Amino acid sequence: MSDIASRVKAIIVDKLGVDENEVVTEASFTNDLGADSLDTVELIMEFEKEFDIQIPDDQAENIATVGQAISYIEGAK
Amino acid sequence: MELRRVVVTGLGALTPIGNTKDEYWNALISGKSGAAPITYFDTEKFKTKFACELKNFNATDFLDRKEARKMDRFTQYAMVASDEAIADSKLDLDKINKLRVGVIWGAGIGGLETFQQEVLNFADGDGTPRFNPFFIPKMIADIAPGNISIKHGFMGPNYTTVSACASSANAMIDALNTIRLGHCDVVVTGGSEAAVTIAGMGGFNAMHALSTRNESPETASRPFDATRDGFVLGEGAGAIILEDYEHAKARGAKIYAEVIGGGLSSDAYHMTAPHPDGIGVIAVMKNCLENAGIQPEEVDHINTHGTSTPLGDVAELKAISEVFGNHAKNISINSTKSMTGHLLGAAGAIESIASILAMEHGMVPPTINHEVVDENIDPELNLTLNKAQKRDVKVAMSNTFGFGGHNACVLFKKLD
Repeated sequence: MSDIASRVKAIIVDKLGVDENEVVTEASFTNDLGADSLDTVELIMEFEKEFDIQIPDDQAENIATVGQAISYIEGAK
Repeated sequence: MELRRVVVTGLGALTPIGNTKDEYWNALISGKSGAAPITYFDTEKFKTKFACELKNFNATDFLDRKEARKMDRFTQYAMVASDEAIADSKLDLDKINKLRVGVIWGAGIGGLETFQQEVLNFADGDGTPRFNPFFIPKMIADIAPGNISIKHGFMGPNYTTVSACASSANAMIDALNTIRLGHCDVVVTGGSEAAVTIAGMGGFNAMHALSTRNESPETASRPFDATRDGFVLGEGAGAIILEDYEHAKARGAKIYAEVIGGGLSSDAYHMTAPHPDGIGVIAVMKNCLENAGIQPEEVDHINTHGTSTPLGDVAELKAISEVFGNHAKNISINSTKSMTGHLLGAAGAIESIASILAMEHGMVPPTINHEVVDENIDPELNLTLNKAQKRDVKVAMSNTFGFGGHNACVLFKKLD
């Protein structure tokens, strides 16, 4: 697992209080990991802080799964 | 329209001297102090370095980590105390009509720590407003009853009353009237507060409201003692289940007491100072007696607001003498804030619980830390100094007064 992927997963485990095994690439924040709309906003903010990037709202809307978050951040770095 | 009778059928307490109703009661009658040096933050530069924090409390023993993280401490405390009270009431949550169960809660401030933390984070940044999406919903004072209703599905009236230190007494009185008028069968009421924070301690210190007896925290809250120098900040929650008497009787519930009346008034005088002649305080006790339809001579016990401030304590006792006349000396008067500290918006709830338990056990908890007689206090009054007293309490009054001049008073009566 890349460094980015493991950091992304650690944030998801911490913020959503889910088990690490559940945080698989195709898992959806809302459908699989129990996130509500506020959780999703918080996740995006944590990614911005952790990786020192800005994720505009219109792009944040397209980050709905673990894999989408990892590839967005890999592309932004 | 005939008003319904309202009774207490469940209690829950999370306090600086005990984390359950039973622990709280045992600490009250043994005269235990909840004050100690603050552990939550570095107090080196603070005038007051102690408070009544909760002891051995971990929110995650009661709430899952994800749930706990989305709640300010004042809401976590509310969840824990209300769960205890609901369990104590033995209400069958699968059977009751949840459309007729309300939650009316009291909080003087709300999520002060959440507010503080978010503003500190902002100040640390470059001016970009990067606030957490949970900032507002964690901080607002009405979120505690909101969360209680979400957990249990209670769909009746749901809100928080805010009147500083009178908040949870206001909540109880609203709960009482809501059931009296037939709008609800059951209301989960009470209050919670978690203001032992940098902002809370600094803010109250700036008002010269807090005791600065740093050399002896456990004796700092000393209501009615001549050397009292301010209140000791406390935190926690008290929860009370109020229920329609017929509803409680029909399900064979244990009934602790009847709530027979509530009084409300305002000093209309000063933002923080009590009126020197106690006119608002006199009015609130009179209103309360009238609302309950009883005579002053029927009151056996008063749990005072008694915060251990120089002005407030004397003004309240003078008001009691004015309202009760010669009978004042027959009343078992106390201030349990001598042990718990001042829980602000939760004070009315935990002190009402103390009075209800005093009725149940036939024992009035003491006003601890009394050493020096105050010449301004009538020596004939029984202030239950330093030791619990046996007393068959049939009618008990609980007083609370808040910054802003808000006064609220509740009367409880033992069922025959």
